[in-house]
Amino acid sequence: MSVAAEERNARAPWALSAPALMLFVGVLLIPLAMTVMLSFHDWGQYKGIEPVFILKNWHEIVTDPYYAEMFWRTFRIAILTTLLTAVLGAPEAYILNRMSGRWKSVFLLVILGPLLISVVARTLGWALLFGGNNGLVNKLLMSAGLIRAPIPFMFTETGMVVALAHVMMPFMVLSVWAALQRLDPQIENAALSLGAGPVTIIRRIIMPQIMPGVLSGAIIVFSLSASAFATPAIIGGRRLKVAATLAYDEFLNTLNWPLGAAVATLLLAALVLIVVGSNALIERRYAEVFR
Amino acid sequence: MSRNGPLALIFHTIFVIVMVSPILVVCLVAFTPEGFLSLPTNGFSLRWFRAIANYPEFIHAFWISLGLGALSSFVAMLFAVPAALAIARYRFRGRDALAALFLSPLMIPHVVLGIAFLRFFTSAGLGGSFAALIIAHVIIVFPFALRLTLAAATGMDLSVEMAAVSLGAGGWTLFRRVTLPLILPGVISGWALAFIQSFDDLTMTVFLAAPGTETLPVRMFLYIQDNIDPLVTSVSACVIAITMTALILLDRFYGLDRVLAGKGDTGR
Amino acid sequence: MAYLELEGIAKQFGAQTVVDDFSLAVGKGEFISFLGPSGCGKTTTLQMIAGFLDPTRGAIRLEGKDLTAIHPAKRGLGIVFQSYALFPHMTAAENVAFGLEMRKVARSERAERVRAALAMVGLAGYEDRHPRRMSGGQQQRVALARALVIKPSVLLLDEPLSNLDAKLREEMQIELRQIQRTIDTTTILVTHDQNEAMSLSDRIVVMSQGRIEQIGTPQETYEKPASAFVSQFLGKTNDFAATIDRTSAPARLIAGSWSAPAPAGLSGPVTVSIRPERIGFGDTGLGAKIITRIFQGNHWLFQCDSECGPATVIRQNDGERQPVEGEAVRLVWRPEDMGVRGGASA
Repeated sequence: MSVAAEERNARAPWALSAPALMLFVGVLLIPLAMTVMLSFHDWGQYKGIEPVFILKNWHEIVTDPYYAEMFWRTFRIAILTTLLTAVLGAPEAYILNRMSGRWKSVFLLVILGPLLISVVARTLGWALLFGGNNGLVNKLLMSAGLIRAPIPFMFTETGMVVALAHVMMPFMVLSVWAALQRLDPQIENAALSLGAGPVTIIRRIIMPQIMPGVLSGAIIVFSLSASAFATPAIIGGRRLKVAATLAYDEFLNTLNWPLGAAVATLLLAALVLIVVGSNALIERRYAEVFR
Repeated sequence: MSRNGPLALIFHTIFVIVMVSPILVVCLVAFTPEGFLSLPTNGFSLRWFRAIANYPEFIHAFWISLGLGALSSFVAMLFAVPAALAIARYRFRGRDALAALFLSPLMIPHVVLGIAFLRFFTSAGLGGSFAALIIAHVIIVFPFALRLTLAAATGMDLSVEMAAVSLGAGGWTLFRRVTLPLILPGVISGWALAFIQSFDDLTMTVFLAAPGTETLPVRMFLYIQDNIDPLVTSVSACVIAITMTALILLDRFYGLDRVLAGKGDTGR
Repeated sequence: MAYLELEGIAKQFGAQTVVDDFSLAVGKGEFISFLGPSGCGKTTTLQMIAGFLDPTRGAIRLEGKDLTAIHPAKRGLGIVFQSYALFPHMTAAENVAFGLEMRKVARSERAERVRAALAMVGLAGYEDRHPRRMSGGQQQRVALARALVIKPSVLLLDEPLSNLDAKLREEMQIELRQIQRTIDTTTILVTHDQNEAMSLSDRIVVMSQGRIEQIGTPQETYEKPASAFVSQFLGKTNDFAATIDRTSAPARLIAGSWSAPAPAGLSGPVTVSIRPERIGFGDTGLGAKIITRIFQGNHWLFQCDSECGPATVIRQNDGERQPVEGEAVRLVWRPEDMGVRGGASA
C-alpha cells in the first residue's frame, strides 16, 4: 500500500464519523458536563439559580437521611426486580428454547414484543390489574387461596417491583436466550449418555453455562430499574419517591434545579460504577472458560 | 415436538398469561360501555374511542409523536450510516472509544439525559421547542440506528465493493449503487426501531416537552397523574395497536429476533 | 449370539419415514460403520441406539436384553458427538470425570481412571485445560476419553472426525483404530466419508434413503457392490450399457467393440461396472478417445469419450508411456474385475 493510500485510510474513518462525533460532543457531552456543574450551583426560592461553586446540594444529599432512604429504596426495588426477573426469566428462556420451531417463534414474539410497547400503556395495565384492594390480581390470588387478605399493590414497593419486573422481563429472557443459543445442541444428550439425570443436567451442565447470560441480563435489568421513571411514577404515586421521580419533582415542581442535578449526577455515577464494576468482574470470572 | 414436561408447560402458561394480561386488560377496558373503569361485561362499546375525538390535545400529541419519531430517526440515520461504515470498515486508534461514545445513550439513564437536555436547551434559548425535542431524540435513538446499520455493514462482503471498484465505480456512485443497497435492510430496520424508541420515550421527553410540544406518552402520563379513566385506556389501546403493526412489519421485513437480539445486549 | 442386535428398526417423523427395516447383528468387539450421504438415516439410527430417539418399530437388543426399555442415562453407551459436545465450563479432567461421578465411582479411583484415559488419548498434562483453550484435535481426544472412561458396552461415534482438517483426520483415523483394537470395545461409527469407513471398519453398512443397501467387509462392498448406489458411492466407477447376446454360441457379453464370454444365467441389456483403476489400454477393446489427462503424482487420471459414453481411467505412474490428449485408445479389463447388473434371467 502506498504512503498516500495509508494516509487516506487513516483519515477516512474520522472523516466519516466526524458529523456524528460533533453532534455527540455538542449536544451530549456538553449538556452532561453542564449538569454536573449545575449540581454545584446555588439556588434560592426567590433568587433562582446562582452560578457559584458551592457544595451545598451535595452536602444536603449526604447528610439528610431522606436522600439516603430514597436511594436505598431505589436500589432495593432494583435488586428485587432483578432477582424476580432472573428467577422467572431464566427458566422461561430455557423452556422457550426447548419448544419446537413454530411455537418457539410465536412465544418469543409474545414475550419480547412488549419490549417495544409503550411503558406508559404497560404500567397502566398493572394499575388497572392492581386497582385498589379489590383489584383483579387480589381477587385472583384470594380465590386461588394463596392469600387471605388483599395485598396492597398500588402506591407500594411490592406493586412497583411486580410492574417493573414485567417491564424488564424481556431483557432477561433475551439475555438468557442468547446464552442458550451458544450452547452445543448435543450437550444435554452428552450428559445424558454419561448417566446424568434431568436435575443434574440443569444444575451441573445448563446453569453454569447460562450464568453469564443471567448476569449480563441482571446488569441491564438492574440499571434500567434503578433509573426507571414511568412505572415508579404511576404505581408509586407522589408519595413513594425513587431517584428518577425525585429528580423530576425537583426540576419541574420545586424548581430546585441544582439539587435535582445533584441527585441525577449521583444516580449516573452510581450506575456507571456498578455496571462497569460488575462487567469487569464477570469478564474476569469467565475469561478462562468463555473467552 | 415439545421436549418440555408438564410442570414446565404449566410454568410457561402462567408466565405468558402474566406477560400478556396487563396489555390485554388495557385493550379490554378500552371497550367498556360504562363511564368508569371496568371490564366490558355488558357488551363492547366504542364510545371511549369516539371520545378521543373530543380531546384534541391527544390527537395533537399523536401527530407530534409521529413527526418527531419519523424526523429524528431519519436525522439519526444520516449521522449513523457514515459512522457505522467507519467503525465497520476501518481499524483505527480510538475506534472502540468512538463506538462506546455512540452507544453511550443506552447506558445513561434517560432521566439524566432529560435533565441535561433541559438545562442545555433552556440556556440556549430553545426550551420547550420542537427543534430541541428533535435534537434530543436524535441522540437517544442514535444507538439503535447505529447498531443495526453496523450489523449490516459488518456482515457485508467487502469483496463486492472491491469488485465494483475494479469495474470503475468510486466515491458516491459506489455508495449509492453498491454499498447502500446492500446495507438497506439494516438501515430500514434501524430506522424503524429508532422510530419506535422515539415514539415510546417518556422519561426524557417529559423534561423537555412544553404545552404544544407534548408527545403522546407525555400527554398520557400527565393525564394518568390526574386521573385514570377509560379514555386513557382507549388511547393506550390505539398506541398498542400501532406498535403491534410496526412490530409485525418489522418481523416480516427483518426478523424480530435479529432486531431484538441487537437490542438486548446492552439494553436501553 | 450377536452382541448388539437391531431387528427391523424403523423411524417415522410424521408421515416421513427416515429409517426403514434396518436389521443388523453386531459381534462383540466389532467395528461397524454406517456409511451414506447426509439424510440417509445413519445418524437417526445411531440416536435410536443411544436412546435419544425411540424407534417407531423394531427392537434393539444388547446381549439379548431389550435396550429400548432402558433410559438413555442408564444404557452405559459411550458417545462421541460430531460437535464433541464437551462441557465448556469444565476442564478436560472434569469432563472426563463427569461420567464416573454419575456412576458414583470413588474419588481416588476416579482420578486414576481419568488420568489413564487422558494418557491413552495422548493428552497427559492437559488435565486442567478448558475445552475452548484446546485445538480441534485435542477436543476430539477429550471427547473420546470421556466416552471411553466409563467402559461403555458400545462406543458410538457420530461423524467424529468431520470437523478436523485432512491431515489431522488421517492421524486420528489411525489412532482411533489402534485404541479400539487395544480396548476391544464394540464400536459403531457414523460417517459419510468412504475412506474413513473403509480404513476403520470390520464391516460397513451402506445406507441410502433410510434403507440398508449392503452390509459387508470394506473389500466386499468395494469390489462387489450390491447395487448401483453402492458402486457409485464407494469410490469412482464406470457404468457401461452392454448386451448379452445368446444367439451366438458360446453366448457373449458385448459393450461397444469390447466383448467377453457372457456370465451364465443372464440375457438382454445389462449394465457393467468397472473401477477406473481396473481398466487398461490395449490393442483391442472398447474404442475411446482421451479428452483430458491429469497428472496426480502417483497416478494418472484420464477422462475418455468411449463408445459407451464417458469413461474414467486411472493408471499407476509406473514410468511407462501414457497416451496423450486426443489419442485414440482401446479400453480393456478382465471380466472378473467387472460387475454385471440387470438383464433378464435366461
